[in-house]
Amino acid sequence: MAVPEETKDPNPVLPESSAPASPAAKPADALATADKPIASAAPAAAAKPATPEAAPTVAKAAAPAAAKPAAPAAKPAPKPEGPKPEPWDSELVRSLKSQYGSGIREASTYVGQKYLVVDSSIVYEILLRMRDDELFDYCVDITAVHYPKREAQFDIVYILYSFHHNQRVRIKTQIKDGATLRSVVGIWETANWLEREIYDMFGIGFSGHPDLKRILLPDGWKGYPLRKDYPILQQDTEWVKANLGIESGQ
Amino acid sequence: MSERTDYLDLDTKDETFLDATELVLNMGPQHPSTHGVLRVILKLDGEKVLGTECVIGYLHRGVEKIAENRTYAMFNPYVDRMDYVAAVSNGLGYCEAVEKLQNVEAPPRAQYIRVILTELCRIASHQVWLGTHALDIGALTPLFYCFRDREEILKIFEKYCGARLTTHAFRIGGCIYETYDGFEQDCLKFCDAFLPKLDEYEELLTTNRIWVRRTRGVGILKPEDCIALGVTGPVLRASGVKWDLRKAQPYECYNKFDFEIPTGLNGDTYDRYLVRIEEMRQAVRIIRQAVDGLPQGPIMAKIPKVLKPPVGEIYHSIEAPKGELGYFIVSDGSTQPYRVRVRPPSFVNLQALDKMVRGLLVADVVAVIGTLDIVLGEVDR
Repeated sequence: MAVPEETKDPNPVLPESSAPASPAAKPADALATADKPIASAAPAAAAKPATPEAAPTVAKAAAPAAAKPAAPAAKPAPKPEGPKPEPWDSELVRSLKSQYGSGIREASTYVGQKYLVVDSSIVYEILLRMRDDELFDYCVDITAVHYPKREAQFDIVYILYSFHHNQRVRIKTQIKDGATLRSVVGIWETANWLEREIYDMFGIGFSGHPDLKRILLPDGWKGYPLRKDYPILQQDTEWVKANLGIESGQ
Repeated sequence: MSERTDYLDLDTKDETFLDATELVLNMGPQHPSTHGVLRVILKLDGEKVLGTECVIGYLHRGVEKIAENRTYAMFNPYVDRMDYVAAVSNGLGYCEAVEKLQNVEAPPRAQYIRVILTELCRIASHQVWLGTHALDIGALTPLFYCFRDREEILKIFEKYCGARLTTHAFRIGGCIYETYDGFEQDCLKFCDAFLPKLDEYEELLTTNRIWVRRTRGVGILKPEDCIALGVTGPVLRASGVKWDLRKAQPYECYNKFDFEIPTGLNGDTYDRYLVRIEEMRQAVRIIRQAVDGLPQGPIMAKIPKVLKPPVGEIYHSIEAPKGELGYFIVSDGSTQPYRVRVRPPSFVNLQALDKMVRGLLVADVVAVIGTLDIVLGEVDR
């Protein structure tokens, strides 16, 4: 099966979810001007032949556009703004800031959850310090988030927990595509498989990892599926043909 | 299939390595005692295990990728397919995480219903564990007992939401189904009938000489190792760490109930067995209290039909039957999550296998895989 054909609608959900909005929108538009329905139809038409890379962003732009005409009828009051991150001030944050200065980019809480955004060059030191001095002895999870439009494309998120304080903290850092981070397997053994999974899904390298290789996908697989430019139906066709003896896994 | 060759240099630096008698044995992926499609490459000296390597991913379905391409509500049934013997717990964790992101809370009645079903699910999950674990070790009868009694729980699930295994019982914002007529009586009837049956399981195993010899002192995990390896749930508690998210960071209405957290002393397979048995008793206690206190009122919070949580990110975790089940969700303000990360307890706990089986015999590997209580659907996602 040819991949480009399938990737035409990588988000089969979106047209459906915006569908209930459009019939409601049409009468309202007809009352106003004849231009509007054409204008609102244009982004939807533009979304279809879009390249897979652009698809997620176009789809997101199209969804609010389709919802807008229906909005005045459905909810007259504007939706209240969601909670905003608040600055997090504590002894720990102050001492880290005095030591690392601008390396600590942000210290905030969001709906009661604390997080630090730190520079990728000092993240290992900070994590080591969090375990040894601040007693965050349990590394709950390590994961990544891909933001293809940013210069530093990846967020690496370390979720830590302290049995002593009964507290969770997230340490976040940003790295560019192709850059590597120092592995934290030496700090927490549990990082071994967690970092392998990030490598497997995002293609982010960890220097000093004892055994960095794919964990969930087969060893010879090409591509990193959780990157945003990897459409949901994409697969390593060559691998599927060679190893499963079938044309397509779809 | 492309054959792996890299296992040949597995742990050659190990001090106990004796290349004269070294044997590499492949256990799984199709093996009844690996509880699914888990492949363990064992390096053996005679019958002694020198090292292991787990090969996982045979059930990988890309759940996290699917989440990015579905709306919040549409992804809800998918989480049931991860830990499929404890589908209710998975759903609870996901719904709560999204509720937190959306800044809503389920009404009290929904919370009580959720607790009752989740604790029933904990018992069902432990029953599957006990039955299969005992079967692996050679005791056939507990399997029949456990599955016979688990049937009663599945009947309650079926009457409540129409499904037995992948229930999709909860929705974001509460529950969608009101309890059926006789729900409370069914739950209490189950509790009354189950406790004597639990004693029956214990009669078969707890003082059974074969059982004790096969499990005591096998697969010991020290508390500091547990913490370094991120091991949670009954495995952590059996090592003596009294930590349960239902007490440490109570969610739903768990702070209203009176229950104990059982812990072990030695962190061996026998202690993990005792801890899980006791957890079933405590679950019965919670169910009874929740049924007694079940309030009246709405079961669904007011949430918009089309869910668009505000921009932000959240980590929320619950105490699933197997350990800490966490969801890290990033919202960009649209109808679909920008990123959903599942922190699976089975995946993290399985990593401890290597440390636990080194120096043991091949037959003990089977016991240790059983005692870790992994579900491969959750390991691979």
